[in-house]
Amino acid sequence: MTNFFIKTDLSRKDAENIVSDTLNNCDDGELFLENSKSESIILDDEKIKSSSYSSDLGYGLRAVTGEVIAYSHSNEISKNSLKQSAKNINSTLKSKKGVYNQEIPKTNEKFYKDVNPIEKKTLDSKLELLKEINNYTRSKGTIVKQVTASLTGEHKSIEIIRCGGEVLTDIRPLVRFNVSVVLEKNGKKETGVFGIGGRQSYDEYLKNNNWKTVCDEAFRIASTNLDSKPAPAGEMQVVLGPGWPAILIHEAIGHGLEGDFNRKKTSAFHNLMGQKVASEGVTIIDDGTLHNRRGSLTIDDEGTPTEKTVLIENGILKNFMQDRLNARLMNTKSTGSGRRESYKHIVLPRMRNTMMLNGKYHQEEMIKSVTKGIFAVSFGGGQVDITSGKFVFNCTEAYEIINGKIGSPIKGATLIGDGPSILKEVSLVGNNMMLDPGIGTCGKAGQGVPVGVAQPSILINKMTVGGTQL
Amino acid sequence: MVKDKEHLKKKASFCIDFAKKLGATDASVTIMHSISETVNFRNKKLDESNRSDSLGISLVTYLDKKKSNITSSNLDEDNIKTLVERCIETTKNTPEDEFNSLPDKNLLARDFKNLDLYDSDHIENDKKIDYLKEAEESAFKNKEIINTETGFSETKSNFVLVNSDGFENGYKSSSFSASCVAVAKSNGSMERDYEFTNTCHKKDMMKASQIGSEAAKKALEKLNPRKIESEKINIIFDKRISKTILGNFARAISSASIARGTSFLKDKINKKIFSDKINIFDKPDIVKGLGSRYFDSEGVKNDPLKLVEQGILKHYLIDTYYGKKLNLQSNGRNGGSSNLFFESGDISFKDLLNLSSKNLYITETIGHGSNLVTGDYSVGANGFIVENGEFKYPVSEITIAGNFKDIFNNMTLADDLEFKYKTNSPTMLIEGMVVAGK
Repeated sequence: MTNFFIKTDLSRKDAENIVSDTLNNCDDGELFLENSKSESIILDDEKIKSSSYSSDLGYGLRAVTGEVIAYSHSNEISKNSLKQSAKNINSTLKSKKGVYNQEIPKTNEKFYKDVNPIEKKTLDSKLELLKEINNYTRSKGTIVKQVTASLTGEHKSIEIIRCGGEVLTDIRPLVRFNVSVVLEKNGKKETGVFGIGGRQSYDEYLKNNNWKTVCDEAFRIASTNLDSKPAPAGEMQVVLGPGWPAILIHEAIGHGLEGDFNRKKTSAFHNLMGQKVASEGVTIIDDGTLHNRRGSLTIDDEGTPTEKTVLIENGILKNFMQDRLNARLMNTKSTGSGRRESYKHIVLPRMRNTMMLNGKYHQEEMIKSVTKGIFAVSFGGGQVDITSGKFVFNCTEAYEIINGKIGSPIKGATLIGDGPSILKEVSLVGNNMMLDPGIGTCGKAGQGVPVGVAQPSILINKMTVGGTQL
Repeated sequence: MVKDKEHLKKKASFCIDFAKKLGATDASVTIMHSISETVNFRNKKLDESNRSDSLGISLVTYLDKKKSNITSSNLDEDNIKTLVERCIETTKNTPEDEFNSLPDKNLLARDFKNLDLYDSDHIENDKKIDYLKEAEESAFKNKEIINTETGFSETKSNFVLVNSDGFENGYKSSSFSASCVAVAKSNGSMERDYEFTNTCHKKDMMKASQIGSEAAKKALEKLNPRKIESEKINIIFDKRISKTILGNFARAISSASIARGTSFLKDKINKKIFSDKINIFDKPDIVKGLGSRYFDSEGVKNDPLKLVEQGILKHYLIDTYYGKKLNLQSNGRNGGSSNLFFESGDISFKDLLNLSSKNLYITETIGHGSNLVTGDYSVGANGFIVENGEFKYPVSEITIAGNFKDIFNNMTLADDLEFKYKTNSPTMLIEGMVVAGK
């Protein structure tokens, strides 16, 4: 655990006093201290392209009254700096008066261990591994034109000091391993990318030559795309594979169910609580409690223990995801979804691991039922416009389906749909739910946080496929 | 107040000296400090105030051809010592790379004309609030506007770059930005749009009422959109979007993509890749320019470049490392393009709309559908159908797709270039792209 009060003229007692004085007349808020260490080692073009290490330390002082948030952050942990922050906050909130909400639930459960992935594996063994990965992947043939492999690790220590001196802490490890391959055949180039990761040490993910399966997968995706033909354009049936394609759920539905957009009534879902928003058989949860998963947190960035939040149950909208501010203003409780990228950012309600639960159908049944459509196995990034509900995502591996059979692979097409109506178009839910490999980062208001997704295969009656073949 | 140059230089020199003492053959360090104050309003009420004070250090150490780097936000001397030690240790253990080096000494920037990138004017939060109130009031003049969100941000930054070859320079810059988002609602349809202003100097900002009314107007125009049939159609990109096409071009000619062989523009130097009339400039020395800079992130001088002349690609954007790899000299583009723009075309906006009887005018794209390895482009989009020069109705939930090679070759530009962003383009017509709708 980091001791934030050594090497500074600011004592814990001083900090507690400033926090209490500043927040006493506010509804909520805290001092958030963070010490994060991270590393990134990248092999590219046969060489170690970069090896970097970063150490970031700082605090954010937040006061909330009514709907107003006053925030001040700095990387100088000192008496002067914190007093300056308190002064700024007081001047913003001078005319507002609140009653501090002392109540915050407690937990003893931890969803990941206190390991420091950066120190747990030596630099030499990381460099050696990256070289081995390069050789292994390039040995797959002369069509391999480029291999990029990276190891990134993080060890984040946070402390929350609330008005009255209550302290909450968490230590969060995170690693990610990624391989990207560029192949060239007959003048045509294609890329394949695959990665894995989560909140454990590197070796938990790389051991037993597990890294080879990551290289194999990146190579397989690129090879498939080499044989791809242009994607069709227009509305058609779409079968989504299990696992990572649940990014569709994340973009199309997840963001629209975050508390802030609904309090502000800018989400297309804000007046649909208790109503049917999805086909029967569709149940979606957001779960921060899965052990060692990328999107999991023992406590969120306001100190609330995370939980398994049911968002949609059998097609009915049940809950939004809440931080403390939005929960208070909407007369409900925090779901442990208050997250921030770092001490430099304000808290927002965010997703953790967003999952569509199993139905009863086999993937083969879905494909058989499609006359003309596509089978989407993997995606790159996605995006949503919360207000209109329109979302897109880009296929990185997809196939055409003709008369119930999987056909040729098709080139990266964009799929576009309408968030509030897409779940009503889900006609079959599979029985093969899978978690994604641990690679997701969600962006909102300029803040990136690690997230997870999961789903079984699903059949969507109609979506627009943005190819070039009319 | 942002920390002054002398303070930052002292810290930077400490890093370089300490790194040299521990055996580094070369070193380069950047230290930056910025203070940013933001106020956000929502529906005519204060929503958030945010003060951000950030200090950052980034150090690269070399042991001959070995290299490694560290970054930190903690400038405490003991912490810096620990980090430099760690950096040197890592450098020792990192394999050699023949192309690793500081930039050539004779390429380092020396002469500086004043680009006027810093405005010392400070706006108190109360004044920011007045501006935002005015913007929102002007947006709310229309009854169909049900929600507004506005923000005003002022940032002052200072940085120094010091390297062991004697380069030692840095400069202050300022940024003033304000934005207004308006949400319009009618007959169950809800749409949002925005307007913003971002300038180096306070007095160049747009008027508050103007960003409010523009945001409202744009959101209202989007209400009750239709979905259209899939077809091949001429597409006109609004300036908001045409600049992203130019941005993708810049990423594809970065020396990194070229050297790694992962760009669809590899081997296209001195070849024709755009329509005849297209000229592209990258000018780092525009006074008060949003992308202006005195030198690149390695300290290398960056002269203005005509990247594309009469459709022919003349330069890549080259940094030291990939330059050496390509056997080319750095042209001061570590960190990418600066003020990048298409030269204005010779046809008016109105005439562009009339070039064909039916166009799809795109005002917004969503998704990240640009593949620079293959040049494939496919994104979600919103916009308007334009018939016989007139905006007819809004469309949404469509995608547009094509390949940059074709897009570049079928491009006509209007004469309405303005400098609102770092990368700027006039309104752009692309003949024959595929739109997927119903």
